[in-house]
Amino acid sequence: MTTTRWRQRVSSLMAILTAAAAGSVILPLVLIFGFLLWQGAAAINVDFFTHLPKPVGEVGGGMANAIIGTLILLGLASLLGLPIGILGGVYLAESRDRRLPWIVRFLADVLNGVPSIVIGIFAYTLVVLPMRRFSAVAGGVALAVIMLPIVVRTTEEMVRLVPASLREAGLALGVPEWKVVLRVVLPTARAGIVTGAMVAVARVAGETAPLLFTAFGNRFWHQGLDQPIAALPLQIFAYAIAPYDDWHRQAWAGALVLIVLVLAVSLMARLVTRGRVGAVR
Amino acid sequence: MADGITVTKLNAWFGPSHVLHDIDLAVAPRAVTAIIGPSGCGKSTFIRCLNRMHEVVPGARVVGTVLQEGQDIYSPGVDPVEVRRRIGMVFQKPNPFPTMTVFDNVAAGLRLGGVRDRGVLNERVERALHAAALWEEVKDRLGKPGAGLSGGQQQRLCIARALAVEPEVLLMDEPCSALDPIATARIEELILELKRDLTIVIVTHNMQQAARVADATGFFLLGELVEFGPTSQLFTKPVDKRTEDYITGRFG
Ligand SMILES: Nc1ncnc2c1ncn2[C@@H]1O[C@H](COP(=O)(O)OP(=O)(O)OP(=O)(O)O)[C@@H](O)[C@H]1O
Ligand SMILES: [Mg+2]
Repeated sequence: MTTTRWRQRVSSLMAILTAAAAGSVILPLVLIFGFLLWQGAAAINVDFFTHLPKPVGEVGGGMANAIIGTLILLGLASLLGLPIGILGGVYLAESRDRRLPWIVRFLADVLNGVPSIVIGIFAYTLVVLPMRRFSAVAGGVALAVIMLPIVVRTTEEMVRLVPASLREAGLALGVPEWKVVLRVVLPTARAGIVTGAMVAVARVAGETAPLLFTAFGNRFWHQGLDQPIAALPLQIFAYAIAPYDDWHRQAWAGALVLIVLVLAVSLMARLVTRGRVGAVR
Repeated sequence: MADGITVTKLNAWFGPSHVLHDIDLAVAPRAVTAIIGPSGCGKSTFIRCLNRMHEVVPGARVVGTVLQEGQDIYSPGVDPVEVRRRIGMVFQKPNPFPTMTVFDNVAAGLRLGGVRDRGVLNERVERALHAAALWEEVKDRLGKPGAGLSGGQQQRLCIARALAVEPEVLLMDEPCSALDPIATARIEELILELKRDLTIVIVTHNMQQAARVADATGFFLLGELVEFGPTSQLFTKPVDKRTEDYITGRFG
C-alpha cells in the first residue's frame, strides 16, 4: 500500500517536472514573441508593408523592400541549396561506396559548424569579388551554403529511415534501382525531406552576418539579381543601431515580421507533411 | 512455357560467411515447392538467390547456376531487373508501399515498368486482386492507403502486387508467419489456386503448411540441402536421419 502511494507520488512529481521542462522549452519563444508584439506591433501598419524606407530623419515609411528582398534571397538560396542538398543526401544514403560518403558526411558536419560570417566571406570571395559588386546572387549563395549541410544530413537521415523491405519490394517487382529510389524511397521519405528543407529555410531566414558583405542591403526596391538587395535582418540591424526612435520602432516591427515569417515557414512544413498517405509512420 | 527452375551447385556468401553449400534442386513447373528447415539454415538466402535478390545485400555473393526457361539467370549478359520481373517475390512481413493507395500498390510494378494506359491498369489490377482473393474486401476502398489494411489483407495486397506484373514464378518467404490461422488458411487456398498458372516456391516454418500445400519439399540444414522429394514421401518416409529428427521435432 505504502509503496503504491509512494510510486504515485513519484510519478506525479516526475510528471510535473517533465511538464515544467517542456514548458521552459517554449517559454523563450513565447517571451520573445510577446516582447516583439509589445514593442513592434505599434509600428506595423499598411505603410510598413508597402513603402520604402524614408530618408534619414523623416518619420514613417516602411520595409517593403526588405521583406521582398528577404523572400527573393530565400528563394535564391532554396533554388541553389535544396536540389544540391537533397541529391547529395540521397547519394550519402544510397551509395555503396564507403570512403567518399564518409568524407562528405564529415565535411558537411564541419560546414554546419562554420560560423555564418565566415561563409559570408567565402561568398564574398567567390561571387562578390569576381562580379565587382554586392548582389542578391552573392547573398543567395551565402545562404545556400549554410542550408546545404542541414538539407544534406536531414535528407540522408530520412532516406535511411525508409525500411529496406520497401526497397526490396520495389526491386523484386523488376523495377530498376534508380526508379525504386525515385518512385518508392523518395516519396516515402518525402515528409521528412520537406521538413528538413523548411527547417533549413527557417534557419537562414534570420541570418544577418553572411549578408553584410554579400547582399549588402539596399534602401530601394529590388533592382536585379546582380545588384545589392535589401533584407529584413540587415534592415533591422541598421535601424536598431541608428539614433532615431522611429527607426527603433521599425526595427522591432521588422523583427516581428521576420519571426512571423519563420513561424509561417515552420507551420507550412507541418501542413504539407500532414494528412498525406503514410506521411507519418 | 514454364519448365520450372533447375538449380545446380549453388553457393552463397554474406561477405566471408559461406551460407549455402552446393545446392542442387529442381523446382517443378506449376507446382508448389516448399523449403523447410530450422532458423538460420539459409532458406531465405536460397529463395533470394532464385530471383537475384541475394546480391542486393552489400557484400553478398552467389556462385552456381539457376536455369529458368532454359537460361542461366546468373550468366553474364542477364539483367537482374528482367529476372525479377519474371520471378516475383512475397516477403515474410507484409510490405505495401506506405505512400500508395491500394490500387497504386497493385499497379506499382506495371506503372514503374512503363504501363500508362488507364484501361490496362484497371483491368490488370482488378485481375490481380481477384487472383489474390482480396477484390471483394477492397473493391470499395481502392483509393485508400494500402497500409490501412489488416495484416492479412496487406499480405494478400503484396501477393496481388507481385501477381500484377504476371510473373512466371512466385517466391514466397514465410508469407503467413505474421498472420492468424484464418488469414493463413486463405493464403494457403490461394497458393493452391495460383499453382494452376504459376510455379511457386514457398519457405515455411510450419510443417503442416508444407504438408498441406506443397507437392515437393526440401529440407535445409546448416546451408545444405539434406533431402528433397515429394512432400508425402519426405514427411512419411524420410531417407535421411536428420530429416526424420527434424520433422518429428527431435531438434529444431
Ligand atoms: N544480411 C546478412 N548479413 C550477414 N549474414 C546474414 C545476413 N542475412 C542472413 N545471414 C546469415 O545467413 C544464414 C542464413 O540466413 P537466412 O536468412 O537465409 O536463414 P533462414 O533459413 O531464412 O532463417 P529464418 O527461418 O530465421 O528466416 C544465417 O546464418 C544468417 O545469420
Ligand atoms: Mg528467413
